[in-house]
Amino acid sequence: MADTLRPVGGYAGQPSEIGAAAARPARPGGRLVAIPAATLALFLIPIGLGLLGTWAPALGVLPALGRSTLSLDPWRELFAAPGLAGAVRLTVTTGFLSTALALGLSLSLLAAWHGTRAFGLLRRVLAPLLAVPHAALAIGLAFLLTPSGWLVRAASPWATGWERPPDLAIVQDPWGIALTLGLALKETPFLLLIAVSAMAQIGADRTLAVARTAGYGPVMAWVKTVLPQLYPLIRLPVYAVLAFSLSVVDMALILGPATPPPLAPLVLRWFNDPDLQMRFMAAAGACLQFAIVAGAIGVWYGLEKLAARLARPWIAAGRRGGDGGLLRLASGGTVMLAVSAASLSVISLAVWSLARRWRFPDALPGTWTLDNWTQHFWALSQPATTTLTVGVAATAVALALAIGCLEYECRAGIRPTTRALWLLYTPLLVPQIAFLFGIQVLLVAGRLDGRWIALTWSHLLFVLPYVFLALSDPWRKLDDRYARTAACLGASPARVFWRIKVPMLLRPILFAGAVGFSVSVAQYLPTLFAGAGRLSSLTTEAVGLAAGADRRIVGVYAFAQMALPLLGFAVALTVPAFLFRHRRGLQV
Amino acid sequence: MGKRISAAVFGLVLAMAGGSGPAWSDDSDWDAVLERARGQTVFFNAWGGSQQINDYIAWAGGRVWDLYGVELRHTKVADTADVVSRILAEKTAGRTDGGSVDLVWINGENFAAMKRNGLLGAPFTDTLPNFALVDTEGKPTTLVDFTVPTDGLESPWGMAQLVFIYDTARLADPPASMPALLDYLADNPGRFTYPLPPDFLGTTFLKQALIELADDREPLLRPVEEADFAAVTQPLWAFLDELHPRLWRQGETFPTSSEATLQMVDDGEIDITFTFNPGAASAAIEDGRLPDSVRTYVLDGGTLGNTHFVAIPFNSGAREGAMVVANFLLSPEAQLRKEDPQIWGDPTVLSMDRLDATDARAFADLPRGIATLAPEALGRPQLEPHASWTDALETEWLTRYGQ
Repeated sequence: MADTLRPVGGYAGQPSEIGAAAARPARPGGRLVAIPAATLALFLIPIGLGLLGTWAPALGVLPALGRSTLSLDPWRELFAAPGLAGAVRLTVTTGFLSTALALGLSLSLLAAWHGTRAFGLLRRVLAPLLAVPHAALAIGLAFLLTPSGWLVRAASPWATGWERPPDLAIVQDPWGIALTLGLALKETPFLLLIAVSAMAQIGADRTLAVARTAGYGPVMAWVKTVLPQLYPLIRLPVYAVLAFSLSVVDMALILGPATPPPLAPLVLRWFNDPDLQMRFMAAAGACLQFAIVAGAIGVWYGLEKLAARLARPWIAAGRRGGDGGLLRLASGGTVMLAVSAASLSVISLAVWSLARRWRFPDALPGTWTLDNWTQHFWALSQPATTTLTVGVAATAVALALAIGCLEYECRAGIRPTTRALWLLYTPLLVPQIAFLFGIQVLLVAGRLDGRWIALTWSHLLFVLPYVFLALSDPWRKLDDRYARTAACLGASPARVFWRIKVPMLLRPILFAGAVGFSVSVAQYLPTLFAGAGRLSSLTTEAVGLAAGADRRIVGVYAFAQMALPLLGFAVALTVPAFLFRHRRGLQV
Repeated sequence: MGKRISAAVFGLVLAMAGGSGPAWSDDSDWDAVLERARGQTVFFNAWGGSQQINDYIAWAGGRVWDLYGVELRHTKVADTADVVSRILAEKTAGRTDGGSVDLVWINGENFAAMKRNGLLGAPFTDTLPNFALVDTEGKPTTLVDFTVPTDGLESPWGMAQLVFIYDTARLADPPASMPALLDYLADNPGRFTYPLPPDFLGTTFLKQALIELADDREPLLRPVEEADFAAVTQPLWAFLDELHPRLWRQGETFPTSSEATLQMVDDGEIDITFTFNPGAASAAIEDGRLPDSVRTYVLDGGTLGNTHFVAIPFNSGAREGAMVVANFLLSPEAQLRKEDPQIWGDPTVLSMDRLDATDARAFADLPRGIATLAPEALGRPQLEPHASWTDALETEWLTRYGQ
């Protein structure tokens, strides 16, 4: 780094977007200047090309199938497709409902329980749930809730009188209730943890103290003074959750109904239809999926505005009270139920993986065995290796890029803007199915499909935003006086970086890495498309097997899939604890 | 010496061809194929939903490595249609060699789609020495795949016939026809279902019901475009309209895979299911997935039968290796092991008359699983309708029941 001893921080420049700043070489920050630009290019170009590669066949252009003239036929076919209306309805209801549930539950937990000891405990319980991949959670929930599942087994026949499973559609129900609950269960910890860190950013404690002295009850104070400041900070994560829930494939395949399924799995089914002419209609469906997500975000934004307008007079009226006893009870009870359901789901994976015979309605397997694990050890090792190496590599690259961007931002004195944040969120807001088909065509053209490097890169698209989000806060919050002191003592920026910042920020760096790794492990569609069937991960194997339904084997794969990210978090916790065992100042 | 001359001639031919075409032209010389296959890696895309089959493929991989130096890698796919779409994507991108798939397990409409779209290379089965052992006369479906001629583009691997599975502990006298099934479900609502079309077996159930209920089966053997679809299929829809309210979940939802229905029989959610592998029930009993009181049966009017194959995509980069694998899969050694109920239990495509005495005896001596029907009991299989019916039936089904 040539230019040394610039005052770090100080925010001399006008706030500007990362990308725009990157174009001006005169800015301080040295060679780091290339990193934000490269990072954005890495995201936006492939997504843009992927979208184009999907829109072309949606307009009837796919030369390999002998069509190269523009036409609206795919759209006509799409709107005539059986089940489309039902699929769209299901997509919209499950997407909105699950997002509303997750948001409602996490906000009411925060409102009613923040600052209590129970809340601290809850955060610790929910953090590992964040690491459980969607597919594993969905499979576990299905094991738990189906009419032949663990709950019914545990209560039969002594309590229910059922000698045989009842003929009830509990999982894969036509209304998508199981899917909605599964999604809400998976997204609540994410939103809650995001909201917790946002609360720290806005200094909620002081606001609350003031409001409390003004006579507001704890919950009323939170809702009226903290929530209006908090919501803008969690808006993008909420949109990401909404977009994800509207376009999820793996959970929908496991928990959702099949006649018709939600739109995203339906489109995937069309893409995979042996009748290749269906590809055009599928591409149109992928575009429709894109439009639904865009529209849904718009509607949600409208609802936010409406809620704000309705709430403003209510807040201004200044009614006091609101100790929130009822909310406390309701949210506490719900979250207890949710945590038990999630834990039992996870345990049921383990139990099935150790079963030899488990006939209905026995509460536990009649015969236990380790055979499922030993027999599948080799079969398991290949996807496990892919999952591990791809996850570690994608996470490492993402960490390097994120740290590069943050360090550049810091040295160049740039403040992040909302627009830059939107760009960062792009891969999380655009439905995967809307651009992955186009990306697959690109990869095939570049002979990269089914290659490890392509798979890693496709994971990176989704790992990077999460790593950046997890890391940006601690990085920006590090007291810059440490760096300035070191610089005054003659340390170069590089030395400051390696000797001061990295050690002090090791804990958040590793935590961000664990988050990134768990995101990589959970990827289903990108692995399916970029892996080209040659590379499979524990996730694709588990989801593929979940339909095949030898529950013992499904249990093995889903448990292994879940164990990897948990191990990642364990490493993130233990490594700093070990390294800093002699440094009291760096312990938690 | 002869080999060298033919290689030289081949080189000349290739030179004259200008090197533009893919290099499959010398397939006819098996020794040359073996030589070029050595050291190749064959990506075999095959349905990976059954551990027994996966284990069998792993075993075959070990054998072709030992015998021919060919490395076999099993790409486990959930649905063969995925493979077809991937090869199509490769064609889209102009990849005419070095494709991601070297060998694919296939039949029926997937084969028809690949053939129609030119995704298969040149015919290859005549070159395979073991193809001469195939019972092409007694098992005509080894040459005609859902009435579509194979034209040497796919090599037979195993035979399939639809058999129904039931648990004798719950059901003494299973319904042996579609009307009988309807009656049974009137008394036992919810105790039967079929996998959601377009699942392979789900669609098979539609076809089985159609051939049993259709007034005239003749149109089914010709392309659907030539038939009066509405009239021919009317009895089927009338039957399904009556059947669905009596199905599991009142026919409002269906299991998404055929494998799932085995679990449902084991759990007691349903009483009867069906499979295309006559040995599957015995294998599942062996494996602890079904109780040993389970047996199989066929319907009174006979059940659908077909053959499953392996095919080589046009852009395989290991065509010779794939041929060597296909040939090995047809060997008496591989076919015998495949038919062993302890291993897989998939019936052979070979003709006992064309095997030597020792091999034929080994087949005769194979133990049959407790739930597996003898060949006589299976009866004469019914021919599959023309492949074009598959799509038409699925589309109509989805229109009627899929929303």
